[in-house]
Amino acid sequence: MQVRSQVSMVFHLDKCIGCHTCSVACKNVWTDRKGAEYMWWNNVETKPGTGYPTKWEDQDKYQGGWKSNGNGKLDIRSTSKTKIVPNIFHNPHMPSLDDYYEPWTYDYQNLFNAPEGPDQPTAEPISMIDGEKIDVQAGPNWDDDLGGSPIYAENDPNLEGLTEQQRLQLSSVERLVFFYLPRICNHCLNPCCVASCPSGALYKRGEDGIVLIDQQKCRAWRSCVAACPYKKTYFNWFTGKSEKCILCFPRLETGQAPACFHSCVGRIRYLGVLLYDAEKLEEIAKLPDDELVEGQRSMILDPHDPAVIAEAKRNGIPDGVIESAQDSPVYRFVMDWKIALPPHIEYRTLPMLFYVPPMSPVQASKPEDTITHNSENLFHDIDDSRVPMKFLANLFGAGHEGVVRYALAKQKAVRWHRRAETVGDIDRETADRMLREADCTREEADEIYKLTSLCTFEDRFVIPPMHREQAIEMMKEPHEHREEAGFGFVGGPRRGL
Amino acid sequence: MTGHILDTFLFVALPYVCLFTFLLMTIHRYRMQSFSYSSLSSQFLENKHHFWAVVPFHYGILAVTVGHLIAFFIPRSILVWNSHPLRLYILEVSALACGLLTLIGLAGIVVRRVTTTKIRRVTTPTDWILFAMLLLQTISGVAIALFHPWGSSWFASNLTPYLWSIFKLNPEISYVAAMPHLVKAHIVLAFLTIGFFPFTRLVHLLVIPNPYLWRKPQVVRWYGRK
Repeated sequence: MQVRSQVSMVFHLDKCIGCHTCSVACKNVWTDRKGAEYMWWNNVETKPGTGYPTKWEDQDKYQGGWKSNGNGKLDIRSTSKTKIVPNIFHNPHMPSLDDYYEPWTYDYQNLFNAPEGPDQPTAEPISMIDGEKIDVQAGPNWDDDLGGSPIYAENDPNLEGLTEQQRLQLSSVERLVFFYLPRICNHCLNPCCVASCPSGALYKRGEDGIVLIDQQKCRAWRSCVAACPYKKTYFNWFTGKSEKCILCFPRLETGQAPACFHSCVGRIRYLGVLLYDAEKLEEIAKLPDDELVEGQRSMILDPHDPAVIAEAKRNGIPDGVIESAQDSPVYRFVMDWKIALPPHIEYRTLPMLFYVPPMSPVQASKPEDTITHNSENLFHDIDDSRVPMKFLANLFGAGHEGVVRYALAKQKAVRWHRRAETVGDIDRETADRMLREADCTREEADEIYKLTSLCTFEDRFVIPPMHREQAIEMMKEPHEHREEAGFGFVGGPRRGL
Repeated sequence: MTGHILDTFLFVALPYVCLFTFLLMTIHRYRMQSFSYSSLSSQFLENKHHFWAVVPFHYGILAVTVGHLIAFFIPRSILVWNSHPLRLYILEVSALACGLLTLIGLAGIVVRRVTTTKIRRVTTPTDWILFAMLLLQTISGVAIALFHPWGSSWFASNLTPYLWSIFKLNPEISYVAAMPHLVKAHIVLAFLTIGFFPFTRLVHLLVIPNPYLWRKPQVVRWYGRK
């Protein structure tokens, strides 16, 4: 056993209201710069929809993630070691600006400087890259709330395997349904971006598992952009370096939640430490698709187990981090309750951001002329929900419905339980039966309810002490370090002479 | 006499100035400006024509450079190979083909940069000077192949000794003094390009990522641990 700690995340999709506050917070803090205008390290997508960059989940197009090479080993799909040499000059699977969108602003000066004429001057859209006037064709969120669905929602790669009827149902009147999918870097355990970097500029931080790009070592080979199946590394066209979500590590190191977590209006985001066994990584990443979700769970270690604690200490994990792991809300969702699932684990990067799958709107039935929302059959409700199970399974279960059905059934049972407790229109017996069917107890249901609905800041964000100060002390005098510390570049990250 | 002074300047003084600039400035820039020690890729901004310009150019120039290096390091092998006329033709024709491939690719690169406004925004004056130099150098190389044939042989027999004499710090310009003007221009431009090298995007060829092929897939960095 080799214990490592990982700052992990849970996004509770049932609570996401799609307000994009997270995206804006991130944009304001990190990517409001030349070359990064088009980047949304955090973005919120409407599902079904094609997302950002367009159809990022279509790996036939983008060739992201890992694939088995046939002799029991995993290869990077885009540029594996054998493919990088002939393709070093031109990356064959690199998304270009057209796959994202061309960032634009408006020519506000024209409102003041336009010569006198018969018409009111207008502020025309101009490209933020070359300053020319552009005809805006797409933005990062043009499919928001199913806008333009014939070209967006109907091309969602997750619709694969759905029957024609199910597809029609998704967009038919009175059955129409969508939900939001906020996305940041998953800070994977087996990151494809790191593995693909010819310069070795990408790395995972040993202490907390945050995946970063060393801007001084990056040589613009662009392999990470093509390799990341979630398309969460971006190429800065101005500095010629790739960039990605840094999980606001400067904030985490000072005990603050990342900007997108902190600003989340729906309070959907949870952050905490997971301890995992790094020795199992290779074996788990090679499992067949239907065993991946369980496999990843089997890597995650119980922070209360004395054997794990002893081994964690032997591996140099500080006591504070172990304690933090014991309080981790992520562990509760992922391991205790098993209602949070990794996105597209079939890409085999073992993402450490987990999603609680969303409940569809309650389906009413109409027995004997009265519309009722009561139901006796938990699993019938789940299978009959507006979002076809297959769709959610493609997103969160590598195409397999079991784990998704389990997560939804438990959430549904919690609702029935709380309804029996607080509203009283469900009898206790039915609620208990549903809890049993969903593999849940009253106590557990209450805990899920509390951490979902009544959670405070401290419940949602259990930030481990990063102990960077101790690491600094080992290497140099702290006062000397303080004088030298800063954000890196003297004279700014510039190119050319 | 003036011809001799000019030759001394072009083939003795200039090469040393350029080679020392190259040596000092590549190291200096790596230490001081490692951030910009690469080529600014424009594939992200324009991905339709990128392949057709960049790939032929790189494979072409790679082959041509390797040819020059072989003639420089093991000239005898070239002469032995060329002792048979058919083999000489094969070498000359393939060298010319690689030169043309380079030229076509380079022309494509320049046209792509000129015509795409987005890429023009990320092209510096240094880039334009470099493209002009490379274009002239490639054109002169192809012209030599066409108008002064059997270059593979006379490079190995005459220019290689001259180049070695430069590196042995005992320059012998008699080897180059009698060369046609086109060849002289090619040599001078070559040294100028080497001297200009550390100030341009060309430095990317010094950071070819060779360890990648042998390293483990995952990279983990620990704070305060080596």
